[in-house]
Amino acid sequence: MHIVIVGNGIAGVTAARVVRKRRPDWRITLVSEEHPEHLARTAWMYVYMGHLTLEQTRPYAPDFWERNRIERLHDRAESLDADRQRLALRSGRTLTYGRLLVATGSVPAFYGWPGQDLAGVQGLYHLQDLERMERETAGIERAAVVGGGLIGVELAEMLRTRGVAVTYLVREGRYFAHAMPERESRLIEEEIRRHGVDLRLQTEPEAFLGSGRVEGVRTTAGDTIPAEWVGLGTGVRPNVGWLEGSGIETARGVLVDHHLRTSAANVWAAGDCAEHREPLPGRAPVEALWYTGRIQGATAGYALADEARPYVPGVFYNSAKFFDLEWQVVGSIAPESDPGRNEALAEDRTRTGARLVRLQGDAESGRLLGIHALGARLRHEVCAEWIVSRRSLDDCLRDLPRAGFDPEFSRAMPTPTLA
Amino acid sequence: MADLPLYNAHADRSLWLFENPAWRSNAVEKLGLALVAVAIVASVVALASDLGRQSPVLFALLVFGGFGIGATVFALGGLSRPAGVRNEGTVFSSNQARGAVGWTVGVVLTGLYVVLYFWPGALSGLIPLGDPLSQFLRDQPATLENGGQWFLYSTFYTLAVAAMGVRAAVRYRHSRYHLIRTASVVFFQTVLAFALPYLLVRLQQPELYLHYTWPLDYDLFFPWKVEELRQSGRLGVAMLLWGGVLIALATPVLTYFFGKRWYCSWVCGCGGLAETAGDPYRHLSDPSLAAWKVERWMVHGVLAAIVAGTALLWVAAVADVGWLDGGAGTFSWLYGLLIGSVFAGVVGVGFYPIFGSRVWCRFGCPMAAILGLQQRFFSRFRITTNGGQCISCGNCTAYCEMGIDVRWYAQRGQNVVRASCVGCGICATVCPRGVLKLENGPRENRVGDRQLLTDLDVLPGALAE
Repeated sequence: MHIVIVGNGIAGVTAARVVRKRRPDWRITLVSEEHPEHLARTAWMYVYMGHLTLEQTRPYAPDFWERNRIERLHDRAESLDADRQRLALRSGRTLTYGRLLVATGSVPAFYGWPGQDLAGVQGLYHLQDLERMERETAGIERAAVVGGGLIGVELAEMLRTRGVAVTYLVREGRYFAHAMPERESRLIEEEIRRHGVDLRLQTEPEAFLGSGRVEGVRTTAGDTIPAEWVGLGTGVRPNVGWLEGSGIETARGVLVDHHLRTSAANVWAAGDCAEHREPLPGRAPVEALWYTGRIQGATAGYALADEARPYVPGVFYNSAKFFDLEWQVVGSIAPESDPGRNEALAEDRTRTGARLVRLQGDAESGRLLGIHALGARLRHEVCAEWIVSRRSLDDCLRDLPRAGFDPEFSRAMPTPTLA
Repeated sequence: MADLPLYNAHADRSLWLFENPAWRSNAVEKLGLALVAVAIVASVVALASDLGRQSPVLFALLVFGGFGIGATVFALGGLSRPAGVRNEGTVFSSNQARGAVGWTVGVVLTGLYVVLYFWPGALSGLIPLGDPLSQFLRDQPATLENGGQWFLYSTFYTLAVAAMGVRAAVRYRHSRYHLIRTASVVFFQTVLAFALPYLLVRLQQPELYLHYTWPLDYDLFFPWKVEELRQSGRLGVAMLLWGGVLIALATPVLTYFFGKRWYCSWVCGCGGLAETAGDPYRHLSDPSLAAWKVERWMVHGVLAAIVAGTALLWVAAVADVGWLDGGAGTFSWLYGLLIGSVFAGVVGVGFYPIFGSRVWCRFGCPMAAILGLQQRFFSRFRITTNGGQCISCGNCTAYCEMGIDVRWYAQRGQNVVRASCVGCGICATVCPRGVLKLENGPRENRVGDRQLLTDLDVLPGALAE
């Protein structure tokens, strides 16, 4: 059996690992145009900031692929003939597969702003984006960043470490409004501003100005901001353009069922590029997260290896770091106040910054729904276990020290009380 | 350009040593570097002339003051940057990324060690600088004849730990673990490794290092040393007994409860230097599998050598056989030269800017080998991996001074239990997702055999139907 995987991001590589573990003698080929090695794209910012070299972002040693007999092709999949189970590559080569996994990730999403094609306007997703950013920001003094999500704040931090003045435009009235409650947004905004970023809420770009190369941004607030470079962190969309004409059903992404099967025989899709026909309760149809990419990759791996099991990602979790402020969430936290939920909140300030812990429970049954922490670390397994086992919010509050994961000698987490 | 508070509020691009887009010195740091430069010039002048002998106090102030105060001022300049993980520019830095500055520092340090161990006479211009402090502490002058070069070396060493300890404290001030740990290594170096032994000399007692025992203090239990200490009176005998208690009792008990970190990154002088002066170079340790293999052979090889050698010396001493005496003498001379001088000193510290700050601790230290075996097989200590939170970024592996591929464990969801881990805690600090935590917990399930990436059954509810 020949397994071909297009895309060597976390979803594709995880699938390859699962297949290899279950099927020692099957042939596995990984196709990627981005880089011959699997790289942790979560670490791009650290490469730009000089914490890490690009080599250090390789999750596996160079001999990993040979030891696990995973063949790699540094090539681009141009088109797919699902009927004949053949993949055409840019090099002119044709690959015939027994089973195929599409794990081509995302591309940055732009929204048709005038001037978005100017030199110096870009997103950050692929290695090539990082290399371009490195080139285009050399020696600049002013930049603008657009988009109130995780990539936007990363771009701002990257630029600040090189002393670039950053104006940061966020469409919503508060940072990351769709993902977290207002208090958290405000603390993160404070952290962003503390690091010298000119953060402008409720402001969108109207047009990028300049001829050939970007020189500034005109905003919906009527201001013109000089900027020698503009970073767009306005989200991503599934990278599925190359499947046009393949007959595989797509909407925003490649449509998949609970086993990550696509509409074509012997073709699966996983990670950012997959769109669930029937998303699980509380889950988005397209999940563009590193963590879900890994779980989807493993799920697809089981399917490719003939041991299909449905996609059940378990309790939702996510994490990020906003400049020096760490954030973790386990379970679900409603971003707006919700009468169906009880809530306990605590906040304090240590010498080095703000901390916040928030728990939400179901008002009717009393059971815990989610935990949020800013500036404090949570023990993932304890939190997830509480949610799965439907423990009551009261119980969890009493037991909260067990859910802490801060280093030894840290001050105890602030103790939330029921609101 | 808007007047925004940059990381480097008074930044310019003039620090020629660091062509680094992410790191520019501020005025305080420049002042500190200028004082260090004064100390370097004064050292060279003293080495090359007779001026140090003529004005020891002035030169002592210029050299020790310049290095100590200069480095401290430089360190305090870091307070202008926000507390947090400040590794910006590390891999672009000429000093920290094996650039011209790093190589120069490495060659100079290595050269100084070679001279110190093998041609101490070449330091005769500098040795008198230790005189004022030596008179004060030991009540004797610092001369080549009474080991003045070692007094000078100890002084520099202690200054480096103290001043660079300030740097470490400033750098990691957002973590109380690092603040307390740094205070601990500075205390043990300044008090137990420097002030106390020399005050004892003043009181005509043997130099006593309370935190230091065989096999790191490799000749402590050699027959002639035992004899010498017994001759020197009650303190000498107490010192022998204490050395025995430390290695036979304190070491296994403390390592069981806390891991080898109680010694390697809280107490030990070599560790103290690595955690302070060596901190800028911690990321240069090789994390490859090949390096790990070499490490295991070497460090356990040195342990085997010192155990067998010490036994041989005793057999020779008791049996009184001529050829055995010769063998024993050759062993102790060779071990002292190759391990005591070349490995622990020349390579161990001189190569900081090339191979990282823990070359000796990782590849050569027999004490670390013993502690490591205890930590691996009988300890409650582990680095816990936090469920599925790892994003494989690689910061933990990159900044591990022992060259442990921490990410390999973290991305599998597996706890880190490794003989070499000195428990410095930097992996947990640099992790941007709160994945790692140093813990002393129950021994059940300490290692765990979970494989997050391929099994995925680790997370509650995940993939379970």
